Amino acid sequence: MAEFSLPKNSRIQAGRVYQAPPGTKNIRRFRIYRYAPDSGQNPRMDTYEVDMDKCGPMVLDALLKIKNEMDTTLTLRRSCREGICGSCAMNIDGSNTLACTKACSDIKGDVQIYPLPHLPVIKDLVPDLTHFYAQYASIKPWIRTQSPPPDRERLQSKEERSRLDGLYECILCACCSTSCPSYWWNPERYLGPAILLQAYRWIVDSRDEASGERLDDLQDPFKLYRCHTIMNCTRTCPKGLNPARAIAEIKKLLVERQH
Amino acid sequence: MATENRPLSPHLGIYRWQITMTMSIVHRATGIWLSLGALALVYWLIAAALGPDAYATAQLLFGSWIGQMLLWVWVFCLFYHLCNGVRHLFWDAGLGFEIKTLYVSGYTVWVIATALTILAIVLAYASGGGP
Repeated sequence: MAEFSLPKNSRIQAGRVYQAPPGTKNIRRFRIYRYAPDSGQNPRMDTYEVDMDKCGPMVLDALLKIKNEMDTTLTLRRSCREGICGSCAMNIDGSNTLACTKACSDIKGDVQIYPLPHLPVIKDLVPDLTHFYAQYASIKPWIRTQSPPPDRERLQSKEERSRLDGLYECILCACCSTSCPSYWWNPERYLGPAILLQAYRWIVDSRDEASGERLDDLQDPFKLYRCHTIMNCTRTCPKGLNPARAIAEIKKLLVERQH
Repeated sequence: MATENRPLSPHLGIYRWQITMTMSIVHRATGIWLSLGALALVYWLIAAALGPDAYATAQLLFGSWIGQMLLWVWVFCLFYHLCNGVRHLFWDAGLGFEIKTLYVSGYTVWVIATALTILAIVLAYASGGGP
């Protein structure tokens, strides 16, 4: 059953304000979710006044400027800073995206930053994705074959290869899954958009020989059919992919194979 | 490592409302309200079967301003659920998943459902319904 309100230990309290030095002209306020596991206190919202004249254009630039110059305790994941690793996925300005590809200028007013929604928080903007990765492993995201291995690569026609377009680009940042209300209410049993898009990626791969078993695994009231086409996934994907369509295609395949 | 005490990151309270999720929750709300409407319809039919007195009471209830207002809400719910249901049928066929299409079809549902509701109300009163 859906729990709409946050548990007691998760309610957010007012935090500190880190003011910009006097005389700073181009100030932007960043309100950031903070949680320190060792403090024994509830999460809080800290406010940082950043001098945008001396800051890069992206939200990640601002976060790193804060960490380098204002508050070294701010904790976040980041790696590639160019939208391909998926590490800096977080909730910025009300929707999930990558801090490295989100421009500060695209946001009006104060910049609100939270960790990805409805996940256990390890520290600050770092959520625990263990369950998400376990769900990914559960769909067996590798090629499965019965036929004897060929002496060379398994070839695909251009047409077969093109079926993977819009799927192989997924970087598993978890933005879509954690934007999905259905995934919020049933994270244990519903696989969520990211994992289902990955499942579809293997189902339509011409080299894979386990499509039937993959579909069998998904024929379940919860794993797949908790998708209610809310479309938050497609709306939020920082890579411009369409998990909702991938899920619809799986549903279609399940209907088609009955006839 | 202890994990039980980890806080849950905020979700519904901080996620920006957008037309996609709004239409989905309204679809569900209208569905629930329509199933209550089915009970009201059954009550009306039973009242009609029980005789003139019971039927007169039912007519009085539905004819009161609050009864009429509820009926209008039911009419809107019916048309919204119907139009958005057609949208769902297209999705089931794998069509209309582009963001732009989602927005156009979403707003279209609001416009058509509202127009049909107004039309139904106008026709209902013009044909002698209402008080």
